[in-house]
Amino acid sequence: MDLRVSAEQYAAGVADGSISAEEFVAATLERARSSRIHAYLHIDESAVERARAVDKKGEKGPFCGMPVSVKDNICTAKTPTTCASRMLEGYVSPFAATAVERLEAQDAVIVGKTNMDEFAMGITTEFSAYGPTLNPWNHEYVPGGSSGGAAAALAALQCCASLGSDTGGSVRNPASFCGVVGFKPTYGAVSRYGLVPYANSIEQIGPMARTVRDAAWVFDAISGADPRDPTSRAAPAALEGIEGGVEGRKFGVVKEMGGDDAGVSRALSSAVSQLEGAGAEFCEVSLSMIEYSVAAYYVITSTEAGSNLARFDNVRYGYEMPLDGYEFNAYVSRARARLGPEVTRRMILGGFVPSAGHAGKYFLKALKVKHRLEREVEDAFGRVDYMISPTVPVPPFKIGEKIDEPVTLFKLDANTVTANLSGTPSVSVPHSVCGGLPVGIQISGRAGDDAGVLRAARALELRARFPGVPG
Amino acid sequence: MSRIGLEIHCQLAMLESKLFCPCRADYRGMAPNTNVCPVCLGLPGALPMPNAGAVRSAVALASALGCAVPPRITFFRKNYFYPDLPKNYQITQLDAYGPTSVGHGGAVRVGDSDIRIRRVQLEEDPGRLVYEGASERTAMTLADYNRAGTALVEIVTEPDFDGPGRVRAFLNALSDTLENLGISEPGMEGAVRADGNVSVAEARVEVKNVSSFHDLEKALEYEITRQESLASRGMEIAQETRHWDERRRVTVPSRAKEGEGDYRYFLEGDIPWITLDAGAVERIRGRMPEGVGQRRQRYLGYGVSAQVADVIATDPRRSRLFDEARDGRIDVELANMVATDVAGSRSGVSAANLARIAGAVADGKMTRSAARTALQESAKTGQSLEQISARMELGGMGASETEEAVREVLEREPGALEEARRNPKAVNYLVGKVMSGCGGRADPARVLEILRRSL
Repeated sequence: MDLRVSAEQYAAGVADGSISAEEFVAATLERARSSRIHAYLHIDESAVERARAVDKKGEKGPFCGMPVSVKDNICTAKTPTTCASRMLEGYVSPFAATAVERLEAQDAVIVGKTNMDEFAMGITTEFSAYGPTLNPWNHEYVPGGSSGGAAAALAALQCCASLGSDTGGSVRNPASFCGVVGFKPTYGAVSRYGLVPYANSIEQIGPMARTVRDAAWVFDAISGADPRDPTSRAAPAALEGIEGGVEGRKFGVVKEMGGDDAGVSRALSSAVSQLEGAGAEFCEVSLSMIEYSVAAYYVITSTEAGSNLARFDNVRYGYEMPLDGYEFNAYVSRARARLGPEVTRRMILGGFVPSAGHAGKYFLKALKVKHRLEREVEDAFGRVDYMISPTVPVPPFKIGEKIDEPVTLFKLDANTVTANLSGTPSVSVPHSVCGGLPVGIQISGRAGDDAGVLRAARALELRARFPGVPG
Repeated sequence: MSRIGLEIHCQLAMLESKLFCPCRADYRGMAPNTNVCPVCLGLPGALPMPNAGAVRSAVALASALGCAVPPRITFFRKNYFYPDLPKNYQITQLDAYGPTSVGHGGAVRVGDSDIRIRRVQLEEDPGRLVYEGASERTAMTLADYNRAGTALVEIVTEPDFDGPGRVRAFLNALSDTLENLGISEPGMEGAVRADGNVSVAEARVEVKNVSSFHDLEKALEYEITRQESLASRGMEIAQETRHWDERRRVTVPSRAKEGEGDYRYFLEGDIPWITLDAGAVERIRGRMPEGVGQRRQRYLGYGVSAQVADVIATDPRRSRLFDEARDGRIDVELANMVATDVAGSRSGVSAANLARIAGAVADGKMTRSAARTALQESAKTGQSLEQISARMELGGMGASETEEAVREVLEREPGALEEARRNPKAVNYLVGKVMSGCGGRADPARVLEILRRSL
């Protein structure tokens, strides 16, 4: 069974009878089970049965039983949703996320839950409480994060498409490190119902796939207003018209979003000339607030995390730890000792930066930076259609290499957080391979222009001629 | 001189659902933790869906309290850990970016002066904790989340009360308003809860944990006496939160450091700002019933007594009955009937029946006492005047029929006749006998006239 097919090829194969959903899903599960890279936290063995049911259906939904993986902070109703935390060990949500329901309604088969940094806090997947995921290109390297399991599963042919979540680059960063496509939609384009919140005012569920067309297809399936998420709204279709190209479109190369590595910088200049070849125009764009964006991002996300994660007091659900004999606050402190080091660090930060006497210096100042950055981004999109930069300033690094340098890791978000703080759509496209490891290019657009961003990504993908994933 | 301010929490108990989810707003009488869903339990990934009806009710209440309603409202998170709070934060309102709570700057007339309303805000109610035994020594604390997420309106007054008596009057007026708007049921346990703050000197003392309006009055009285006594001895009054000890009838300092809490408020990103354009607010106000005070004034204008006007105006059902049945001919009589003979809010009498009965009295076709009987019957059975008349012979008695009835009674009661001749007041006994003998169909004035002639 050849698993090296795009989502579109898979569906065409099922439609013409050359692929059986049951066999394809069974082969996918077998590959995931026997893999060393630890992309999955839970594999759902019932997926084969569901694929067989799709095979038997006369009128199949568009995804035709395609194996899709879901990040472990997105609720599924039968498999556990642990957010890669010991705090939620064995937790099974009584409901599924809207995005998951919408995929299943179109006959996608969810095959399992992918590994991630605990509660999506991290960019290497090393902060998973259940052990790191390895980069399929080179097992000594990190796959990026926090949706590292999703990106690795795609690169290792352990699913055809995946749902990740992106709070500050968590879809785009691992996509770049694993050589796949990761798309962070406009804030509100995809319902967050069922996404376990980390920083709810800026994060989105985002599609990940091996091709831009597949990512657009999944986006179309999951996007649009949802009565269960009042911040969600209608989104235009992206797959239709995706081959429209970039002729006459204006790109801004963001001065403050460079590469700290020769290979990464080369990838950017090569992407620029490839897009020029497709008829795009280029200029430089400067956003002065980017200098403060990472600091503002960590202050805002920690504040929201401090509130969003407060519910994990282990009283109504959680792991086995008897309540008897504890005063409430003592119990909560004790129960929360199960949170890992990165989550603990951000919870402490989140208790401090918005507190009385400190909010003015930190939280309120961070909100000001966010507000000014939003205005700068809006102004820039008055002059250009897209902004382009390397997704991550550096290529993938080794597991354990930077784990004790939290601030170094924070700074690697420099190119990705702007799209979250400004609510704009942004995609990472696999571009080139440098020293045996992939490098991605990031294209961002105006809020609401998700289709345009994916169209530009498709134009770059066509010219970049990125070699296939290692499998 | 003491100054008192209030913080009142009113449940929007008449809504179908909670503030952010479809669970029932009226959780009373349900088995613990059966009126819950992923949203009100704060399960990971669930999101709040604001209830438009709750916003409308809160805008109506704010308007009834004379408040201005801002063009945009928004929600904030108040972060603190407590076992009755499923998310360990409460979704509430705050005016951090200018006025964005439901209402501001209102005033309510109580007696001869105004109580100013500082702010009206919409928020979610926490769950309920049930202690086994006294809360300090309980072996077990049980949490019931049936109430969690119910819509609450918090009303904060300025410290404009000069004493507990005015507090009581204000709370009664507020209860009438809630009932009149049809948004809460002040009689239900826990539907309206009030905390007070008392300052005799500089320090402001909050008094919490008061379960009834009656106890609030007692708690405020106690607190004023306590502070005055300290002040008169030149002792310092601590700025603090005190709890009302229901059993010992005193206020005691709270152990918990409430009020000093750092709630790390910030905007609730899960709920977009809600725009209330002038048209929307006007539509809500246009649908609001006439205010209780206004209505009372109108009734006084018909010549109805103050006491009767109060009874009817404060009861939405009685006032609706009265207004629908009125035809301007016998307003005072009709009002008396509605105030005394319509058995409370749940009476089954219809306005149409009431109007017919009142009309019959006005036309002299029916006596007032017969009307009273008919009304009680109609309220009980829902039957029309015609049906009741046919069954109970309630039609008025003619002159000869009345004479006959009087004659029969006088023949049966010679002793009473003698007594009445000696003592004019004793004639009332005979009137009563005649009336009860004919089922109230006779006109008592005519009976009296015939009796006087016979004496």
